[in-house]
Amino acid sequence: MTKDDASRPSTELRMTEEESAQFVREHSDWMLAVAFRILRDQALAEDAVQIAFTKIWAKLDSFEGRSAMRTWMHRIATNEALMALRKIKRQNEHPIDELLPVFDGSGCRVEFDATEVATPEALLSRRETNDQIRRAIMSLPEKYRIVLCLRDIEGLSTSETSTALDLSEANVKVRLHRARAALKKLLEPHVKEHKL
Amino acid sequence: MSQTQSRKTARPLAAIMFRLPLMIDCATFETFIVDYFEGTLTKRQRFVFELHLRVCRECREYLSEYKATMALTKDQFEIPFSQMGMGDVPEDLIKAVIAARSGKHSG
Repeated sequence: MTKDDASRPSTELRMTEEESAQFVREHSDWMLAVAFRILRDQALAEDAVQIAFTKIWAKLDSFEGRSAMRTWMHRIATNEALMALRKIKRQNEHPIDELLPVFDGSGCRVEFDATEVATPEALLSRRETNDQIRRAIMSLPEKYRIVLCLRDIEGLSTSETSTALDLSEANVKVRLHRARAALKKLLEPHVKEHKL
Repeated sequence: MSQTQSRKTARPLAAIMFRLPLMIDCATFETFIVDYFEGTLTKRQRFVFELHLRVCRECREYLSEYKATMALTKDQFEIPFSQMGMGDVPEDLIKAVIAARSGKHSG
């Protein structure tokens, strides 16, 4: 899956109904994934995708940046999901303090040994690993999860994330770092396996 | 994720070393990580960051796992809804979106 789709034929400027249907089937899967990652709720994500497509239809015929279409659609889907997110009451969340790095009085990192490590038999398929990673991300408190989602999954820059969430860039960076550090802890067996 | 954890012994030599000129401790190293990956550290910050990395095994290990976490997170972008274990995109949604394109009311 690439963000841009430069190969799209220009005939799409005036799509027939059949082509429109094909276009929806082609793009709704990833757009619903974007909205679901942000909203954590399928019904709300579906609503966001539907509204996003309304906006896409309104401008699609005049859209000139063919090569940037996917990026443009991604931005619309993200924005719609973020708009919906602002209306949701935050659920009870677990703090992440226990998952953050620990330093001793001299500023030295204090590492904790995991006495249970994943055995080869316990290693999961890629699909199962992806499911666990998604669940771990979804379990983060919203203020961390959403920054991680926009920066590290949806590919927004720090500046774009700061604008989208109305946060200072410094705040985005602090939340991003805490989110990554907490997620690293949650995914310890996997990251030890995929260590770079 | 249930893991029994045990605290490692303190690192007195490291603590002394990190007080030397151009050295930073692990806590300061930690505050540089995001900017390191964003490429926004100053030359001097990058130098002391990388110097610390060379002498601190714990931070090398930590950074390596931090990078792996970033990579695993990024991979989520590639996963469409139909592979999230909740079934395919509902046909109702597809029909409603197509109907909106055709100028019909989808209800």
